[in-house]
Amino acid sequence: MQAIIEARKVEKWYGTEADGRIQVIAPTDLTIYPDEVMAVLGPSGSGKSTLLRILTGLAKPSAGEVVHHGHEVCGPCENVAIVFQSFALFPWLTVVENVAAPLKARGVPAAERMERSVKILDTVGLDGFENAYPKELSGGMKQRVGFARALVVEPEVLFMDEPFSALDVLTAENLRGELLELWQSHKMPTRAVFVVTHNIEEAVLLADRIIVLGRNPATIRTDFRVALDRPRDRKGPHFTNLVDYIYRVLTRPDLAPAPEPAPAVFEPVKPKYQMLPHARRGAVAGLLEMLADHNGRDDMYRLAAALTFEIDDLLPVVDAAVLLGFARVEEGDVELTPAGRAFAEADILRRKELFRAAALENISLVREITRSLEARADHTLPDGVFEDLLDEHFSEEEAKAQLETTIDWGRYAEVFDHDSDSHQFFLPEETPASGQPEAASH
Amino acid sequence: MSIRPLLSRAVIGERTWSLLLDFAVFAALLAMIEGLAVITRYWFGAITPAAEISRSPRALPLYAFYSVVRIAIAYVLSLWFALGYGYIAAYNRRLETIMVAVLDILQSIPVLSFLPGVMLAMVALFPTRQLGVEFGAILLIFTGQVWNMAFSFYASLKSIPRELREAARIYGFGAWQRFVQLELPYGAIGLVWNSMVSVAGGWFFLMACEMFVLGNRDFRLPGLGSYLQTAASAGDTGAILWGLGAMIGVILLIDQLVWRPAIAWSDKFKFEQVESSAQPSSAVLNLLRRSNVLERFRLSVMAPLSERVSLYLARRGVVGETAPPAESRSRMVLGMLVGAVIAGSILYALAAAAVSLKTITIPALISTLEGAGATFARVLASLVIAAVWTIPAGVAIGFNPRLARFAQPFAQLAASVPATALFPVLLLALIRIGGGLGAGSILLMLLGTQWYVLFNVIAGAMAIPSDLKEVADVFHFSQWDRWRIVILPGIFPYLVTGMVTASGGAWNASIVAEYFHFRGHTLSTVGLGAQISQATDSGNFHLLLLSTIVMATLVVTVNRSLWRPLYRVAQTRFKLEG
Repeated sequence: MQAIIEARKVEKWYGTEADGRIQVIAPTDLTIYPDEVMAVLGPSGSGKSTLLRILTGLAKPSAGEVVHHGHEVCGPCENVAIVFQSFALFPWLTVVENVAAPLKARGVPAAERMERSVKILDTVGLDGFENAYPKELSGGMKQRVGFARALVVEPEVLFMDEPFSALDVLTAENLRGELLELWQSHKMPTRAVFVVTHNIEEAVLLADRIIVLGRNPATIRTDFRVALDRPRDRKGPHFTNLVDYIYRVLTRPDLAPAPEPAPAVFEPVKPKYQMLPHARRGAVAGLLEMLADHNGRDDMYRLAAALTFEIDDLLPVVDAAVLLGFARVEEGDVELTPAGRAFAEADILRRKELFRAAALENISLVREITRSLEARADHTLPDGVFEDLLDEHFSEEEAKAQLETTIDWGRYAEVFDHDSDSHQFFLPEETPASGQPEAASH
Repeated sequence: MSIRPLLSRAVIGERTWSLLLDFAVFAALLAMIEGLAVITRYWFGAITPAAEISRSPRALPLYAFYSVVRIAIAYVLSLWFALGYGYIAAYNRRLETIMVAVLDILQSIPVLSFLPGVMLAMVALFPTRQLGVEFGAILLIFTGQVWNMAFSFYASLKSIPRELREAARIYGFGAWQRFVQLELPYGAIGLVWNSMVSVAGGWFFLMACEMFVLGNRDFRLPGLGSYLQTAASAGDTGAILWGLGAMIGVILLIDQLVWRPAIAWSDKFKFEQVESSAQPSSAVLNLLRRSNVLERFRLSVMAPLSERVSLYLARRGVVGETAPPAESRSRMVLGMLVGAVIAGSILYALAAAAVSLKTITIPALISTLEGAGATFARVLASLVIAAVWTIPAGVAIGFNPRLARFAQPFAQLAASVPATALFPVLLLALIRIGGGLGAGSILLMLLGTQWYVLFNVIAGAMAIPSDLKEVADVFHFSQWDRWRIVILPGIFPYLVTGMVTASGGAWNASIVAEYFHFRGHTLSTVGLGAQISQATDSGNFHLLLLSTIVMATLVVTVNRSLWRPLYRVAQTRFKLEG
């Protein structure tokens, strides 16, 4: 089969080789073939949106190349379109002007522009709304405009970046159904669809082929075809089995069902800093308590259901517990360690002590900040020092988030405190856990 | 699905007054042509630097017209410049840092002290035409109003959401389409509001620069400012009242005819996903939208024209997609050349300034520093007074919606009258009571600057969430605690914003407030502003340069060391987040 877009050994990283770079996407081969709907699944932060932007030519890979019909891509591809998570409509243009804008960019004359836009709006079920402004529409209708704008250019590949995740459940379901119908009845002038999602059922419902990404860095864990007949029945045994299988792949990073052995060329430079998962330590404590209630071990899928969490909201919390040595993950189950059990059963003051010990033991940045503070005569340090350090390893945004998580944990552990006005770290007064934080002095 | 209703404006039935309106539009057109003729005749006439300013009210319409034209031209120039400057600063990574720093400093420099230099240069450029003096005045207003607009556009460009940018890229928008459909709309609201602020500032400068003495030359431009100054120095109360009335009338008219419609129109550029309940409206805008003539003009001239432009640009963009790397290289060389020329001229100017400053004597330096201290104290005093009365008043207005509805239009009116227009009048009053200019100039500064503080305090008080106020009620806070815990922290960010603007305004005002010609003699007091004006009068450019540098340094230093840290605290600690 002739490939439409082919990614060859594309990777993405931040930072430089010299001081340890953060690999976001490991060298990845990926091919988009005609006549298929391809879904990429992965936990949030796994770099699936970055991958989409590399494939469309919006972002440049740090290494490797993207080939479009045999030509290397430089700059945004010409005949692809994207449906965005946030819709990305221009609020000052009417619906029809929004849809016509890509045609205008291609130099299509006004009359033809109008005709084609109106026709495609008709197809997505928006006739009568041509002169409305996006803010007058509901979320589902906005995304219909997003679809119309994407389809009006008759893209060879339609890319979708979490297209339904900003919509409520019913609207999303409805829109998914209509999209499938357009695709199957070939009313959509599109040869392939590439959808990025974190919703497993959505992927199984839509896709002919599913790719599951692992993270830190993103690698293809598995790539398989979905042989279910359409229309697919969510309650059918094949469907639920497949969903279960993907859950297991997603939640068991240790068990690698990779279709091919991980390429030997890739040997990630070990970063000097761990990437902290962005979990509030309150959530970590909650998870540990819940595990203790469930006899110290539970299936991640069930935990997520019990907490009414999406699985990728739960993952960072689990990661944090593992990183702190309070839990370990085994075959899709989370299990309390002895330290974790002690924490879950301790009272408030004792918990702080346990947390402090765990943080100092396991989190290198917390340790480093504490050590540097103790070495200073005045026991203060500007946070810029650490932010600069983090900047070398993470994107600017991520560096900030890393610092915030570190501050949250360090405060709870009472190993250091942070003044956001003077941007300084300092050691708390030597009155351990007296319940008198020095914030009162402000 | 028919296409017709998409192309024509939807509802015809709404156009009731359209015939009347069309006449009005025609009349306006005719008036514009006539105005153009008057202006050209006047500009290209021989130079009359000391035009006799008539005190007859009959001269007022023409004078008002001249003043408005000056403001309008300066504004249009500012808009273009701001768009270009903001665009380059946002997209050229190498220039960005420098350009933003330049903005920051130019925003805080007292523009009035440039007056003599600019005027002399312009008169030298057009020695035999009225145009020179006019351009000088326009250029000065331009320098006063352009920076915040440029900054606003720059900041808008930098904050365009990522997915909107990506949509523009993936759908192949060229630079022009991106500008028209994404960048300009996204920046529109900021530009409109900053334009209002800028034009108000423009009136301030216009009043000051329509009539001034430079060495042995007396420049007078016919206009509202010179009318008021002439009337005041002749002590003609009737003429003063006429002048003030005309000025307020013009400002109100501009507000109704330009700013209201602009605000209502720009509402559609609000970047929001849901429609807000309260939308600004403007009767004038509604009328304009219903006019048949304008509609036909738009459909038959503007639409095809913009269509042709965008199609041409789009098609050209598709063809010339790949730019050869050689071009970027030559552009780099060109950039370096331009940079070298700029750096060279800056160095040259610095050297010339240094040479010029060498002639300053020690006593002159000491008196400059003394003056700086005196003016600094006055600015401070005016700020303190402004804060003392506006905080309670503003909070009272902000907490009481009925009072706000009643008081706000009045305050707005009072604020829209440029302080410089009132100076002559107030001065007259001051002299009658027998007050000196030392304390009087504080009053004059106050006049121009207290409004910024008042409006911001009102806005801040209105923004305090009612549940915070209810907390204070429920727990029976004492009056003191109520202020300390709820009100002052709540209005703090707004207060700082108001004070920053007010302090800049006060420095600028000192130049016109500390030194005054009145009925043939000169009133002045010790101060940096007085020294700048005096140096201008006597043509002492060394002293002028020195005082300007001192003032600019002071303003920038105060901004950096006081206002900016306060601003940061306001943005972090006292920000009320929903």
